[in-house]
Formats: sequence, C-alpha cells, structure tokens
Amino acid sequence: MTFIEKKSGLKVVGTRPIRPDGVEKVTGRAAFGADMSMPGMVFGKVKRSPHAHAKILSIKTEKAQALKGVLAVATAEDFPNIPSEEAFMGEGPMNFRDLSRNCMARGKALYDGHAVAAVAATTEAIANAALDLIEVEYQVLPHVIDVEAAMAPDAPLLHDDLFTQGVEPKPTKPSNVAKRVHFELGDVKAGFREAEVVVEGTYATAPVHQAYIEPHACIANWNADGQSHVWTSSQGQFMVRAYCAKLLGMPIANLRVTPAEIGGGFGGKTLVYLEPVALVLSRKSGRPVKMVMSREEVFRGTGPTSGATVWVKLGARKDGRITAAETVLKYQAGAFPGSPIGPGCMTGFAMYDLKNVDITGYDVVSNRPKVAAYRAPGAPIASFAVESAMDELARKLGMDPIALREKNAAKDGTKAAYGPTFKDIGYVETLEAAKTHPHYKTKLGPNQGRGVASGFWFNIGGESSAAVHVAEDGTVAVVSSNPDIGGSRASMAMMAAEVLGIPVERCRPVVADTSSIGYSFMTGGSRVTFATGMATVQAAENVVEQLKKRAAMIWEISPDAVEWKDGKAYPAGPNAGNFEPLSLEAIAAKSGKTGGPIGHEISINAQGAGPGFGTHICDVEVDKETGHVTILRYTAVQDVGRAIHPSYVEGQIQGGVAQGVGWALNEEYVYDSKGRLENPGFLDYRVPVASDLPMIEAVMVEVPNPRHPFGARGVGEVPIVPPMAAVANAIRDAIGVRMMSLPMSPPKLRAAIDKAK
Amino acid sequence: MSRTHVSTVINGEQTDFLCEPQQTLLDVLRDELNLTGSKEGCGSGDCGACSVILDGRLVCSCLMLAVEAEGHSIQTIEGLATGSKLHPVQQKFLEHAALQCGFCTPGLLVAAKALLDRNLNPTETEIRYWIAGNLCRCTGYDKVVRAIQDAAAEMRAEKRA
Repeated sequence: MTFIEKKSGLKVVGTRPIRPDGVEKVTGRAAFGADMSMPGMVFGKVKRSPHAHAKILSIKTEKAQALKGVLAVATAEDFPNIPSEEAFMGEGPMNFRDLSRNCMARGKALYDGHAVAAVAATTEAIANAALDLIEVEYQVLPHVIDVEAAMAPDAPLLHDDLFTQGVEPKPTKPSNVAKRVHFELGDVKAGFREAEVVVEGTYATAPVHQAYIEPHACIANWNADGQSHVWTSSQGQFMVRAYCAKLLGMPIANLRVTPAEIGGGFGGKTLVYLEPVALVLSRKSGRPVKMVMSREEVFRGTGPTSGATVWVKLGARKDGRITAAETVLKYQAGAFPGSPIGPGCMTGFAMYDLKNVDITGYDVVSNRPKVAAYRAPGAPIASFAVESAMDELARKLGMDPIALREKNAAKDGTKAAYGPTFKDIGYVETLEAAKTHPHYKTKLGPNQGRGVASGFWFNIGGESSAAVHVAEDGTVAVVSSNPDIGGSRASMAMMAAEVLGIPVERCRPVVADTSSIGYSFMTGGSRVTFATGMATVQAAENVVEQLKKRAAMIWEISPDAVEWKDGKAYPAGPNAGNFEPLSLEAIAAKSGKTGGPIGHEISINAQGAGPGFGTHICDVEVDKETGHVTILRYTAVQDVGRAIHPSYVEGQIQGGVAQGVGWALNEEYVYDSKGRLENPGFLDYRVPVASDLPMIEAVMVEVPNPRHPFGARGVGEVPIVPPMAAVANAIRDAIGVRMMSLPMSPPKLRAAIDKAK
Repeated sequence: MSRTHVSTVINGEQTDFLCEPQQTLLDVLRDELNLTGSKEGCGSGDCGACSVILDGRLVCSCLMLAVEAEGHSIQTIEGLATGSKLHPVQQKFLEHAALQCGFCTPGLLVAAKALLDRNLNPTETEIRYWIAGNLCRCTGYDKVVRAIQDAAAEMRAEKRA
C-alpha cells in the first residue's frame, strides 16, 4: 500500500464538497426503509406482550387466520428453535438464540413490548384487526425492572438457565447476573494508602433510546425456491443477511439484502427485529411482506442502551497525581445478557495514565427490552461517573479541572488498564486546545457555571470491501459496502478522487447490495471512513497501477517508467521517452483496445484504527425556581486524526453532543408498577429540540493516525462520551449541587436544590 | 368501506384521490400518491418529519385526515424545487452539510420554507423556536440553523436585486 503522508499536498481530502447523495435527500427522492414498495406487497404487523414478564401458555391464531384478507400468522413455532451460540459482533457479544427469541418470544414474554406473534394481511387495517383476534393466554410472573433490584438474591428470575459467568466457583444457582468482568493493574490498595485526597461516590444513569427518527422498516420477498430478497434500513446489509440466515437456518447465498437509505441508527440498527419475521410471513403467505414499526413499537420493542449504577473512588497526591482508581459498574442488559459492560469497564479510565486500577463490572438482565448498541456503547455511562468524580477531585485539590487531567493524561506509551499500550494518540492535544480556547476564559454570571469533561472511544477497523471502476469516458464508480449513515458516500468518493488525482465530482459513489460487492462488517464502531475508506483507497491505488500499465502499453515503454500525477500518466523522467501526458479520460477511451475495462474490487481486514479522545467545555445557567438547565455555550474539542470531509466530522461532533445533552437533562424510560413503559413517544420521551440548544462549536485537532492512508481515525462515537459529566460539572459549578443521577431533569434538580438548602 | 373522493391542489397540480375516512393526509401522500418525501417518524405530531404547507400554513400531515384536504392547496417537499432549480433553503442545506441521515430533512426544509415565506429576516432564536417541532437526531441543529440563516440572507439579497 502506498503511504500518502503529504499534509499540504492533498487536493480533495480536507475540502468540503457537496455530498453526492445530497440532492436526492433535499428533494425527498431518497428511498428510506418505509419508502419502498413491491407489486403484490402485503403488510405485516407484530403482536406484542402487554406484560413485563409472563409465561405464554397458549397462542390461538384460528380467529385471526379466518379474517378475510389475512394471509399468514406466525409465532415462534414458525422459527427454528436454535441453540445457544455466542458470537462477538464488533462492539459486543451476542447470542443467536437470544436474538431469535427477541424477534419472537418463545415460551415466555420478557418485557412489555416483546413480540409474541405476527400477521400478514392485504391492508394494514386488516393486519391490525387480526392482531386483536390472536388469543394469547399468559401466566403473569413477578417482574423486575431496575438493576440493583434484579441483582438481589430473591429477585424474580428471567432465565432459569442463566449462571453468572466470570466468578469462581461457578454458581450452583441461576441469577439475573449474566457475567462479572474484572480488570486490574498494579495494586489499588497500595495506591489508596499513598493517596492524600480521596473522592468516592455512586452515580446512576437512566436507559436512553437511540431515538433515530426513522422507525425500523423492511420488505421481504421469499420465492418458492427459497431464494429471498430483503430491502431494509439497517446499519449493515451483510449483518441483516448473516443474522436472518442464521435465525431461519437458510443458506447465506439464498438471501440478498439491499440497503435502503437509513434514517439514523446510532447503534440501534445493528440488530434485526422485523426482517426475520417478514421473511417468515413472506414464506407463509407467498407474497412480498412490508413491515414498518410505529414509534411506540420502536420504544417498547427495540434496544435502548443500559441504565446503570457506577460506584467510583479516586485517590490522589496533593499535586494532583492519581495514585489509585477503583470502580464497580452494574449495567442493565435488558431481557437477554449482553450489556456493553465490557467497553464500559474499559473506557472510563482510559484517558488517564494510572498505575493502580481495579475495575469490576456486572451484566444484569431485567424485564426491559434487550439493549442494543448506542454510540460508544457503555462509555458514556462509565464516563459520567468517572468524569464527575474527576471534577470533585479537582475541587478538593483546588486544581483547575483541565490541569488535573493534564497531570494524569494518557500519552504515547501509556499502558491502559484494559491492556493495550497507546500509540499516536491525541488526548493531551485536546486538553491544550480546550485550555487555550477563548470559551475557557469568558466570565460567567449568577447561577451560571462551567464544566469540563473528557471522553475516549476505541474505534474499530475490520472487514470491508470496496470497488473502483473506470467508465469509458473516464468518470469513476466508487462502490461501498456500508450503508451511508451520515456522509460516507462523500468521504469514499473524496478518498478515491484524491488517489486518482481527479475532481471529486467525477467519482460517483454507490452503496451496493450483498450480491454486488464483497462482505463488509456493519456501519458501527466509527469504522467506515477508516476501514472501508482504506479498502477504497487500496482499490483506487490498484486502478492507478492499471492506468500506468495502459499508458506504458500505449507508449510502448515499461510501466515502471510511468508516473501518475493529477489524473494523468507522465513519462517518469527524460529517460522514459518524450510523450504528451495521457489523461485518465484518454486511457479510459482506449481501454477496450489495451486489455479491457479498468477497475478493481478489494476485500480487506483493516487493522490499526486509532483510538479517539475528546474534551468538552459546557456553560449552563440553572433556574433555581424550576430546576431547568439552559445550555449557554458548548465547545467540543476532539482529535479526529485527519478530517476527510470536515463538515461531516463537525456534524458528528455536534450531533453526539446534542444526544449527550438529551441523556444528561431529559431522556429516560419511565415504567409503571406493572413494568409497562409509560413514555413510548416523542412527547414524553424528550429528545433535544432546536430551541434547547445553542450553537455547538466543534474544534478538530488533527493528530494523524499513521495506519490510515490519510491519517483518519473514527470520529462518530467519542463526542457522546463527555457531555453528561460536562453538564453535571457545570451545574455543580453554577449552584454548588452535585447531581449523582441522570437525567438531571427539572423535578430532580429542583429536589436536589431543596435538599441542599 | 366506501371511499371518499377528495379534490386538492398538490404542488400546484390539480390532484384528486379516493381515501378511507381514517386515512391521514400523510397516508394518502405516501401510500396513494407515491409522494414518499414526507416521512412518518412518530404519527403523533411530535417529530415534524411529515411537515407540509396547507394554504400557506405549516402542518403535520400525520395529524390531518385526508378528507380534510378537500378544496385545499398543499405543498410537499416534492414541490419545493422549481423544476431542476433547488429552493435556496435546499441549496443551503447542501452547502452547509445540514443533513446527515437525511430522514428529517424534508420536514425541516418544508418548515424552514414556511418560516422564510413569512419572515425573511428571522433571528437565531426565532429559527430555533420555529423548527422546534422538527426533531433531528443527527446534527445537533447547528448546521441546520446556519443553513436557514444563510438561505434567508440570500433570499433577502435576491429580493433587493
């Protein structure tokens, strides 16, 4: 692979062209999941459990099946009863048996909203009427919602075959604790003996939903010979193919998945919910089946991220050097094991160079929807606790919060408590940029305060495919294997254009279906610009080599004597001969006579995703009468490696901050005493609206990642990690009240103010 | 169930359709008329992805019955551009990268257009409150607000010229 290390020589990378899929999206023509239709299509709907925990004694479908217009009814009986099989899918563990039972309950309903049956009918109205005719007999069981209650010895058990992993000796009794994880470095007891100042506290976060504005939607068509096609909005067409094939026991080659445009995911569309059900209904009805969730179904039936409690204790010398750090994290997994407890444990302290660390985590099931990945899964929860504690430590030490972080910051060569030794990281650079930013020096008024917090995310690479094909007029098709969730078509086209030396407008990107490009892992882990970008660059580099060979053939010289510059072949020096440069267009026009079409597809497993760090500054004003918090100003500094398209990098940072502010101030799942979700809609589940936020200044620090051809590192997840603590620390600064629990909503803040009086 | 005949003007074209009494305007736009640019994000008037302009007034098409459209003029995202020429607010959304996934974008654009139709010089606060009924989960609204400000400035300049 050619190593491109010319900072200023880049012509396309680092510019801000209009995204190639932009016009379709501002004119309403882009087709999202629910915008597709097929001839003969019918409509599928899901019947969901009204109980938080219940044994399913029987499901009678006869009346529904008898309704005119109903073509199929499905229950768990129509799905293979697949055995437990654990897999690690990029950002977290998952079990295919659990995934199957999450798509369709088998034997037991484990949360309010759990799918128990489905129908396909000629109209949506008939499908809805049929749902009411399906008779499910339940035996309601005691339920448990909250994480501490679920860990109690006498808690209602969700799974009688769940024995805590990671404890010795192996438990003899089942419990709701799926797993215990433990990391240690040095000697934490000795570290606390060395400490002159200690802070300690227990923090709590509420489960929050990814709240993408597009509800899940798909169409499935199962042909009589078993060959099938699914159109769906997801974070990975290959993920949908793999999971559906596994859950339905079908050969992967029999399933083609076409990615629709995706209306937001944030990790929440890294699983299947509807697709396997739609395939079964299509098989049973013999018709293409369209399924679209309502917003209520999205809240009740799809993954939020964990709520949690996190105890944290920090010890430091008077000069601010941390001598010991200890934490115990308890994460809700929802109805099946698999919270992001692993990354939660690994990320909280990752910003710091610590000698003595002890981290214990618990993965706990309860009667809530199974959690799904949500932007930097696990990290924002741990960081809310750790970064709040860091603020308390700074106060106790009388130190500036940035100075405390600088004193302890991870640098190149720092060994993280979770294992690796950092290399080429830019955390210190974010602190420096934050400290010198004008925002940090502005004066604050009464009831106003300023908070600082940092965040870390690993970023991942992994399997990706890309293709670059030169058309006969010298324009170029760039084929990506990942759904474009926020501008990746633009970045792929830009990277290809940079390598080919042509204007980006001559590179037209597409996102291919599973039968039209090699495998790619899903869009997640902030991996696409890094990994699929690397594949795109390598494909384009291969095309450049082909172009040089064709030029050499035309000139009848050795390919080694040809160089490629600014979209043209040149003889490499006077010895190569005296030829007029050959443009890409000229070579493309002759490609039929020089060996055929020019193009290349490549599949790689990209290694070396550089971790990302960010530091945020937040100013708030607290209305002490109402407990309402206004975000006055927000500055988010982040090491982005190298911004391919800076506007979309800024957009990732701004969007992550907005989600973090929602998590901090308003968002939460509210359950009634029977375990039913009380706020499954955007009126009562309050995501930030435009009038809740100020402009969000994104400051990009560029410490290039040497493992990416242009220095890119993942940028999408880091920005949601710091905001909750940044807001909490700002509230503490404004009114002297330390909020230990999210959301810091007006009633909770008002109560805390009253308590502090 | 008997279907009702409804006569409307949609994006300047006389449009007649048959609908059932419980169908919303959004259902008819999307399912009967194939105008899928208007999106359903919630079905309860909270997200604004289905925003359309009805006789000059910004409405959520998911909160209106299709039969209520009788005799009214409706503008949807599909009618924002003039032929192949984008409306200034569409162009500014592109230039400012004011969209990421693009799902809320049609509703935001329709809302912004309705604002600029009545106020070519909105303050940042006025813009933020006007679009407070349009949820966007990707952008944090920063670039959306800037795009609308820039579109307003361009439209003011065009008006002066």
